[in-house]
Amino acid sequence: MSVKLTDDMLKALPDSRGHFGAFGGRFVSETLMDSLMTLEKEYLRLKDDADFQAEFDKDLADYVGRPSPLYFAERLTRETGGAQIWLKREDLNHTGAHKVNNTIGQALLARFLGKKRIIAETGAGQHGVATATVCARLGLECHVFMGSEDVKRQSLNVYRMKLLGATVHAVESGTKTLKDAMNDAMRDWVANVDETFYIIGTVAGPHPYPLLVRDFQSVIGRELRRQSMEKVGKLPDALVACVGGGSNAIGMFYPFLTDESVELYGVEAGGLGIATGQHAAPLCAGRPGVLHGNRTYLMEDENGQIAGTHSVSAGLDYPGVGPEHSWLKDIGRANYVSVTDEEALAGFRTLTQVEGIMPALESAHAVAYALKLAATMDKDKMLVINVSGRGDKDIHTIAQLDGIEI
Amino acid sequence: MSRIEGVLKSLKDQGRKALIPYITAGDPHPDQTVELMHTLVKAGADIIELGVPFSDPMADGPVIQLACERALKHGTSLRQVIGMVREFRKTDSATPVVLMGYLNPMEAMGYEAFADASADAGIDGVLTVDLPPEEADDVAPLFSQRGMDPIFLLAPTTTDSRIKAISEHSSGYVYYVSIKGVTGSATINVEEVAAKVAHIHELTALPVGVGFGIRDAKTAGAIGKVSDGVIVGSVLVDTIARHQSDPGALNKALYDLLYPMREALDSLAP
Repeated sequence: MSVKLTDDMLKALPDSRGHFGAFGGRFVSETLMDSLMTLEKEYLRLKDDADFQAEFDKDLADYVGRPSPLYFAERLTRETGGAQIWLKREDLNHTGAHKVNNTIGQALLARFLGKKRIIAETGAGQHGVATATVCARLGLECHVFMGSEDVKRQSLNVYRMKLLGATVHAVESGTKTLKDAMNDAMRDWVANVDETFYIIGTVAGPHPYPLLVRDFQSVIGRELRRQSMEKVGKLPDALVACVGGGSNAIGMFYPFLTDESVELYGVEAGGLGIATGQHAAPLCAGRPGVLHGNRTYLMEDENGQIAGTHSVSAGLDYPGVGPEHSWLKDIGRANYVSVTDEEALAGFRTLTQVEGIMPALESAHAVAYALKLAATMDKDKMLVINVSGRGDKDIHTIAQLDGIEI
Repeated sequence: MSRIEGVLKSLKDQGRKALIPYITAGDPHPDQTVELMHTLVKAGADIIELGVPFSDPMADGPVIQLACERALKHGTSLRQVIGMVREFRKTDSATPVVLMGYLNPMEAMGYEAFADASADAGIDGVLTVDLPPEEADDVAPLFSQRGMDPIFLLAPTTTDSRIKAISEHSSGYVYYVSIKGVTGSATINVEEVAAKVAHIHELTALPVGVGFGIRDAKTAGAIGKVSDGVIVGSVLVDTIARHQSDPGALNKALYDLLYPMREALDSLAP
């Protein structure tokens, strides 16, 4: 059952304590509360500050290279034989993914707050690279926490971060992936809270992070709206984005939430298949719980311990998801689905071979689902895939699966 | 009066300070926890904080994180931890037990079921590290209604208005986190703690326990002097880790570590 959303309803969310319906909030140890409340107060002030917004917009234009193109994938459309398939090309951003939209915004916040030391967690390394990049540009000290499993899977990005001057901390605890990187980033933050700004990479975490990351990423959807009207003369019929924490998806969806005609599809990592339990799809197969500062859908066992996840894509390998997605799922405004590792890899190959665009393995999940969905839609319909990142970082993974050493 | 309030009042009347050791339930093995709790009491514990293991203990350093991993390897669940307290109560009806942990295992069990089972087992207080009072409206009253004390943390970064608000949500005692950092991470600054605790005492009538960074009898004594009680965790858990394969030696080592802290605290009494 879907609820008709209005602008007034959206303005009221999150509420003053960071809740999106039953989700979100601020579940952290006391040491961090003061910092989070200061950040919230400053952000709410700056978000309507003309100078702050002008600087953000200028950086997005001149440094990131926005607007990112909306590209009609003509050959892919013909081969799929259904809806027109368009690509929102976040892969063409500086540093190769949507992540930089948010790190630019948060680094500006850090500067306004006078913080000189930046920390970040990263899964695939895209957020780490985007953070290291803005730190290099602003002359800020940068520490990136990354699970040691991911350090192995994404060695190229690790080296990029080091070249940019960041210190990369390989996290050996727990499952050695994104969730553990986030644990250690939080631990570092507690210990260095006075001088440190934590640039969270996704729309999860304690309030106000889900709010401010969504706002910074919403440039994707705002541009798409405008480009869609200019190029096609109407709004798209369906939007498809991959969901790990969910920042590229919320950035694409948010400006369309009140447009009932626009169907929203978030694609989670189905790993080896939902039935195997080896996946990273909390919205499809999890239940609400509390982790990393917010209440949201989680993958957990019957005792409330966080479950291990699996995905071929390090950026989606996370047991939680942004609280606003949990809310959108429960009110029925967005559809959350999953595709397996194998389907995502096939999506990667298809887009590479048919359009000459190599998507990140994360984005390949959106591609794979979109191809299935487009085939069921009429030819006069318009579907947009958020190509959230480019696949250069995944070449080693793909080659390894092909049994090729490079 | 709750069991915690009773113990703390009686100590205060005698001019003594509370010794509050922490261990993680299920570490090194679920079968050993109740015996370890009795050992803590023999060594002078006034209140026991029993940690509920969690897969992602964000506020804890590596020592307690590894303890959680050991406990979870043996499948220690929240229900089992409650069962351990029930077992402990068979022979000790005097020592208050506070469960300390993270919210998600309690949420997964269901708050009402958790509160019922805990009260029934003789648990006296609940400290949830990642539950600030702002989010506790649906949870803390369930504990109070059943005679258990909701215990909240205060930190060096807590503002005066928050100290007051948090104290109003708390009963039993408040737990002052003495350092900015995770458990077991840094050296405690006694003068800073003394000043802050004195300030907290101006804002609330509740007893103030101080934890994080207390490693030996000397720091226990120094912190005891300026607070109502000391909470000792990582150094005990580290001892458990070092003797995990020898239960006999473990009980002795734990006693030998804790007892001098008791002596140091009691030497402060008039």
